[in-house]
Amino acid sequence: MSNNDSTHHDDQIGHIVPIKFLVLICAILLFMTAVTVWVSRYDFTEINIAEMGIIMALFVATVKATIVGLYFMHLRWDRPFIGFVFVGSILFVVLFIALALTDTMEYQPEIIKGDTPKVTEAMDKLTH
Amino acid sequence: MTTLTTSNPNDNYLNHTRGILSWLFTVDHKRIGIMYLVCVLLAFLLGGIFAMMLRFQLLTPEGTFMTQDQYNQAFTVHGAIMVFLVIIPAVPAALGNFVLPIMLGAKDVAFPKLNLFSWYLWIFGLVFFLIALGTGGIDTGWTFYTPYSIDKASSMGGVIPALIGAFILGFSSIFTGMNFIVTIHRLRPKGMTWFKMPLFLWGTYATAIIQVLATPVVGITLLLLIVERAVGIGIFDPAMGGDPVLYQHFFWFYSHPAVYIMILPAMGIISELISVHSHRHIFGYKFIAYSSIAIAMFGFLVWGHHMFTAGQSQLMNIIFSLITFSVSIPSAVKVFNWLATLYKGSISLNTPMLYALSFIFIFTIGGLTGLYCATLATDIHLHDSYFIVAHFHYVMMGSALIGFLGGIHHWWPKMTGKMYNENWGRFSAILVFVGFNVTFFSQFMMGSKGMPRRYATYDMLPNAELFQVYHIWSTVGSVVLAIGFVICALYLIQSVFSGKKAPANPWGGRSLEWQCSSPPPWDNFAEQPEVGDCYDYSVLEWNEEEQGYDWKKDAVHPGE
Repeated sequence: MSNNDSTHHDDQIGHIVPIKFLVLICAILLFMTAVTVWVSRYDFTEINIAEMGIIMALFVATVKATIVGLYFMHLRWDRPFIGFVFVGSILFVVLFIALALTDTMEYQPEIIKGDTPKVTEAMDKLTH
Repeated sequence: MTTLTTSNPNDNYLNHTRGILSWLFTVDHKRIGIMYLVCVLLAFLLGGIFAMMLRFQLLTPEGTFMTQDQYNQAFTVHGAIMVFLVIIPAVPAALGNFVLPIMLGAKDVAFPKLNLFSWYLWIFGLVFFLIALGTGGIDTGWTFYTPYSIDKASSMGGVIPALIGAFILGFSSIFTGMNFIVTIHRLRPKGMTWFKMPLFLWGTYATAIIQVLATPVVGITLLLLIVERAVGIGIFDPAMGGDPVLYQHFFWFYSHPAVYIMILPAMGIISELISVHSHRHIFGYKFIAYSSIAIAMFGFLVWGHHMFTAGQSQLMNIIFSLITFSVSIPSAVKVFNWLATLYKGSISLNTPMLYALSFIFIFTIGGLTGLYCATLATDIHLHDSYFIVAHFHYVMMGSALIGFLGGIHHWWPKMTGKMYNENWGRFSAILVFVGFNVTFFSQFMMGSKGMPRRYATYDMLPNAELFQVYHIWSTVGSVVLAIGFVICALYLIQSVFSGKKAPANPWGGRSLEWQCSSPPPWDNFAEQPEVGDCYDYSVLEWNEEEQGYDWKKDAVHPGE
């Protein structure tokens, strides 16, 4: 953790990344966006893996977010403590989503389906 | 006292510049702290008026003067104001802003302009709450639970402005937390390592972590709720296949840690008060420091205990019940260490100490009754009853707010340069303590006997006559409490105009804020102060002439 030796850093400037490198990263991100679009158009039911589309999209998004964090946000060159804080906050999100979704899945069998017109309409759409 | 001042000893942060604009555009953390303090106390007055309205309504089983809708509105506004506008910003934003940089021997927080921006965001948040009151009002409860809050036919029209207000206040809180984290990391003076920091700073640091990590979640939740209510996207609306329990997950993931945003800095204050006013080195420094972080961490893992009866699955109920019990460990660590500090101390029973002792008594009851709520079997009986109302008031008001009051009295001489009337202070503190316990202990009683919360009338209940007796006691207590607060306000205001001049160190504190004059110079310290053990009082002695504490003549100063 920070201590007296890191108290006065006014004279320091951050790590400078060459423009060419940033353009390269940008190109990689654009390419991956294209991959996401391409994946969305592909019908994976033909190979009997209907969920593959969403898995691929999430995978690509995760890789893109990692690249942004590492290079655009300079975590690649920053102190490990900053990375620790970043990863820690992601773990909190994972914790929250995991517990909330576990609960949602657990009580699904106990839900009594509603019969309002909106629900009936929505259920009809889902089943057809 | 060896006081570090600027070249002009009469120059201080209050008179360094003059005029209303010099306050509205100030980036001085002390002035911003004072502005927060004034605003928070005014909001407290407003929230308190609504609280008294609730109490008087329940004097008779049929209700005395409000309709059902008006009652719903009154408890919603009371809760929303007290939580979002008062208790959350009270200690960190008001006292924290004033004290934290001086305790660090710094000239200001790390981002002074962001600090002022946070205050303006608080004002904007308040404005949106007022707009909510003027555009139909809010009656959803301060939690904005779905599906009620998204049903335009039944809930009132001020929901969206109130949500926007809470969203903006969240940003104010995040910015303050960020500022404090960076300030504590980067602006500690030479020699002040992590374990030489005053415990108030540990409490504020733990609070800031929660503010930065948890508040964005409630921000996005409120935003989703606004969109849900405005255009009906179907995330929380069961009529469209949404899930209202999911809203409660989202809401409590922030709002339970928010309880620790309220109480952790108050605990930091109590650590200071207990040690300074018993003139004894704090017992178990590292345990108290670590317990602040432990409470902050555990606080993130227990949100589901608010949903035991809301349709949450049995599996999660068991998990959250178990984890909830774990929070009691670091909380008890603090209480035992405070008691051990008092043991054989030279206790001054002055106003700050009376508030500190009140805190320990009330927090212990608040904490222990939390165990009944964490136990699944008993919570089924107690949930949504007055037992819960009493429990969270013991924690949020009786603990957090009394810690805040203790802090105000402790640092009042430093903030204003004036001493308040100690006799009135003690009298007021006793009234607050008695009034509070009469108000809310009777609510424990009626809650355990089945009085539901949020009822505008209770004449239809089988035990209405019994409940009325408790409600009368509770209302009498609230009047005593209100009188205590009014007396407190009067003598504090009086002290500003005609109080005795405060010495630099009236209580015998060792942390750095007691080394600058009262009130502090505009730049706090002309030169960076040397850091010693902030709980070693053996180097100080009473100076009759100054009516304050000074260094012993033969004492070795830090750095010498």
